Amino acid sequence: MRYLPLTDTDRSDMLEKVGAADIDALFSDVPEEARLSGPIEGLPMHASEMAVEKHMRRLSKKNLAASDAAFFLGAGAYKHHIPASVDHIIQRGEFLTAYTPYQPEIAQGTLQMLFEFQTQVARLYGCAVANASMYDGSTACWEAVAMAGRVARGKKRKVVLSGALHPHYAEVVRTMAKFTEDEIAGAPPSLAAKPDDDGLIARIDENTSCVVVQYPDILGRLPDLARIAEAAHEKGALLIAVNTEPVALGAIKSPGELGADIVVGEGQAIGVGLQFGGPYLGLFAVRDEKHVRMMPGRLCGETADAEGKRGFVLTLSTREQHIRREKATSNICTNSGLCALAFSVHMTLLGEKGLRRMAMENHRLACLAADRLAKVPGVRLLNDSFFNEFTIRLGMDARKIVRALADKGVLAGVSLGRLFPDNPELADGLLVAVTETTSEEDIETLASALEGELA
Amino acid sequence: MARYFTDEHEWIDVDGDTATIGITDYAQGQLGDIVFVELPGSGTALSKGGDAAVVESVKAASDVYAPIDGEVTEANEALEDDPALVNTAPESDGWFFRMTVGDKSQLDGLMDEAAYKSFCDGL
Amino acid sequence: MNAPNASGWKPGTPVEGHNAMSGPDTATGNRALMLEEPLIFEIGHAETTGVDLPEPQGGANRLGGFDRAETIGLPGLSEPETVRHYTRLSRQNYAIDLGLFPLGSCTMKHNPRLNEKVARMPGFADVHPLQPVDTVRGALEVINELAHWLIDLTGMHGVAMSPKAGAHGELCGILCIRAALEARGDAREVILVPESAHGTNPATAAFAGYKVEDIPATPAGRVDLEALKARLGPDVAGVMITNPNTCGLFEPDMKAISDAVHEAGGFVYCDGANFNAIVGKVRPGDLGVDAMHINLHKTFSTPHGGGGPGSGPVVLSEALAPYGPLPFTARDGDGVVHLVEEENAAEFDHTKAFGRMTAFHGQMGMFTRALAYMLSHGADGLKQVAEDAVLNANYVLRSLEDVLEAPFGHSGPCMHEALFSDKGFAEGLSTLDLAKALIDEGYHPMTMYFPLVVHGAMLVEPTETESKAALDQFIMALRSVAERAKSGDESLKTAPHYAPRRRLDETQAARKPILAWNDPDMA
Repeated sequence: MRYLPLTDTDRSDMLEKVGAADIDALFSDVPEEARLSGPIEGLPMHASEMAVEKHMRRLSKKNLAASDAAFFLGAGAYKHHIPASVDHIIQRGEFLTAYTPYQPEIAQGTLQMLFEFQTQVARLYGCAVANASMYDGSTACWEAVAMAGRVARGKKRKVVLSGALHPHYAEVVRTMAKFTEDEIAGAPPSLAAKPDDDGLIARIDENTSCVVVQYPDILGRLPDLARIAEAAHEKGALLIAVNTEPVALGAIKSPGELGADIVVGEGQAIGVGLQFGGPYLGLFAVRDEKHVRMMPGRLCGETADAEGKRGFVLTLSTREQHIRREKATSNICTNSGLCALAFSVHMTLLGEKGLRRMAMENHRLACLAADRLAKVPGVRLLNDSFFNEFTIRLGMDARKIVRALADKGVLAGVSLGRLFPDNPELADGLLVAVTETTSEEDIETLASALEGELA
Repeated sequence: MARYFTDEHEWIDVDGDTATIGITDYAQGQLGDIVFVELPGSGTALSKGGDAAVVESVKAASDVYAPIDGEVTEANEALEDDPALVNTAPESDGWFFRMTVGDKSQLDGLMDEAAYKSFCDGL
Repeated sequence: MNAPNASGWKPGTPVEGHNAMSGPDTATGNRALMLEEPLIFEIGHAETTGVDLPEPQGGANRLGGFDRAETIGLPGLSEPETVRHYTRLSRQNYAIDLGLFPLGSCTMKHNPRLNEKVARMPGFADVHPLQPVDTVRGALEVINELAHWLIDLTGMHGVAMSPKAGAHGELCGILCIRAALEARGDAREVILVPESAHGTNPATAAFAGYKVEDIPATPAGRVDLEALKARLGPDVAGVMITNPNTCGLFEPDMKAISDAVHEAGGFVYCDGANFNAIVGKVRPGDLGVDAMHINLHKTFSTPHGGGGPGSGPVVLSEALAPYGPLPFTARDGDGVVHLVEEENAAEFDHTKAFGRMTAFHGQMGMFTRALAYMLSHGADGLKQVAEDAVLNANYVLRSLEDVLEAPFGHSGPCMHEALFSDKGFAEGLSTLDLAKALIDEGYHPMTMYFPLVVHGAMLVEPTETESKAALDQFIMALRSVAERAKSGDESLKTAPHYAPRRRLDETQAARKPILAWNDPDMA
């Protein structure tokens, strides 16, 4: 077995040293009846590297890769070009095969990277402090809701969710809230040109701990966060802004700047590939430093070593499970360190100039696509405002169209029927995402395919 | 003014109807460098034995319990900027909070300085 | 000509009187290959970019008036500067690729590079989670195939694949227990956890709304079965047990514990963090476990990546499987693998799911790596993994117990990790000092001060991917620092001396937290 260095001679020498007659003597604490005598039945025996690679390649070939199609999917996961150097750097063994940096003297590489990452995220979000990552956007969203409960010291139990929050994020929040005492006040999304900010504001009351708003929202529209923030603060509630497309923040105002108290989101779009949904990168930041000790997750901070040299450590760990146990702010332990590295490397390559250019290119192509698709007979553009993703209405069940176009090698977008199976009135909606990887030819391919299908 | 001690290593100075609470020199020695103290806000109602404050070192967080029933009247704001006061002056400037004395009889079960000293010697 | 090894020196031979770090100060502060690296905020510029993108052309703007006008403050670097920045940073990290990484209960084993190659195949790396299922059948097959490996290896009934890491898996398991109890109208309030448990266990139980109570341990480092039985009752929802436990010992009464808990109407959660010791040898399902998370990043060798991503699928007993969260995969009679989500849960008879733990299907990138790892080892290789992991740990235990106290060494063999205490250290020297001295010897320290039940605990998990020569050198190094700790060598207190940094001031970091860079000229 190529991954096991011990030879049979080593094994017998070592058994002799430990005073065991055979290997089973070391498993003597396992009750006889629970010990398996041979390899588990029904599973294959070991295989060569070549054989495993062949098997996995066969499975891989059964999938249609995004780059091999005209591709328009978004809804919380976006296809962007990732520079080759990002993958090179995250495969360096010193990053890839390191542990959580609990021994700072020999983990400054990971720690300095995390400090840089936290700063990049905080600035992107318009916040004071960001943590060292969460699992993904949806779990970060729930953690923000839980944190708002702690800030309210359990005295406010109502969580107001925007109807235009990603339905899977809302479902994660509802799932977790079932086991706490929070009341989750959701609403179905409305297929309108503008988000229903008034309706949302009307649902905030004195018992509301937080309001959760996606920006841009699940239909691609831009809610007026500043107005919602003001309304929330008036009732003593926190505004949690959720962003699933960080590239957008190179073009639109940051949630922190607009008054959001906690900003969370999915960082996958920068540096992390689609990977069928994971691993992704949860981003979590607070606008005001005073909330830092209520935050979940790891935090990296600057300090100095015994010789006075600058260095970095994981800090404020008394919030965390390994010290606070049942009183911890979260049970999170392992997070998304390597995805945070990928994000940070990509963001460093982009810089302010690159991020803004990338954002504007996304927006330009999205505008082009929206205008082109709106010309297809039977298609109506829903959005007044959008960044790189918008909703079109097809006048018939979009799920069927999506499947029919997939058979022709066009991945047309995400149907609202897939996202909101319980809301049949949304079924003719199709969410279309456009990024810098989309060519004008792809847009034409989608438009003509839709023309064919809707004719 | 009388000073009492609890077996959770807190001291209580009682002055009329007001008590001042902190942790003892022995306790700060056990905890090491204090980095943060979370204090109850004024008006918080405390009941004997319930959580009142949290004191944190780099690697540990310890709850401080209310020694008696009462309502918090003042928290020591100086600890916000300088938690090290708990290390340097635990039984004076490093006090945690002041509270009303709800039920004076609850003081009867507490230790005086001599009793607390021998309690620590036995640990 | 070409005399073999004329100096007689080889790596591992100390050179008397020559401290490698001595010498004059340098102008740069660097020391040859030890290179200091500034922050990107100190070397980058807003106008520099390492990505070629078209200049904005103006034109349509549908941003609704939300245009970001202010400077964001993100410095950029060109590609060569970027590669150099991160390469220099990487060299300040210890890693498995550099040497033995004996962190107890973390299972830092070699990460095969085939797995990295496989995960990057376009059919896995470049597919969107919401693509029509007909375009991702291969990805669903990977999830399904891995699920069956996990079920077969554990002897369980079902598996929830979506949890993102061990702690997330724990939460999933506890929520399954809670859902099953609620389904029978049985609101129980307490979860019992051994005092030696990992901190995530009580944190998870509390997060799920349970009260946590400790179960005491016996002097032999095992769960006290009689004390547990005495505490069981109609208010106990379940127990969370780690087996092998955090002292590195197998719980021989596991089946009796499960039986007692089941009899009292509760469920058994097993923390699978230490599954590496028994994979392919023992099936937790045979011991009465109802739910167990499996850290793919431990037992099945997906890379730790400096703190994640992990992956924590949860195997479930027949009693709990109906409550597992969405989404998951199911193979129909024709062998076609389906994705089961909210809209088709009824079709697959899975209407009792307690909800959704995450937006998409879990850590696909970890699934491909773990599956490649399992296929490489096979059932025979995985059994060998457990045997070699246990043999290596016992070898370390017996090679060092004369110099370091092994509190449970007398009670028989350990499993995959060896536990020592600080007994016998000279006054004023601690486990921390020994650990930092081990850094100077070229090793990452072992897990320290955990489990809490042993004073100054040192938990050493060598894993099966270390050769005997690597173990022998590690044992020699640990013996040396242990002897120095016992003899009162004061230089331990200031260790490490040769790492990129000396000991860092964690008190200052926590008292006055600096958690983001502030440009001095902007302050």
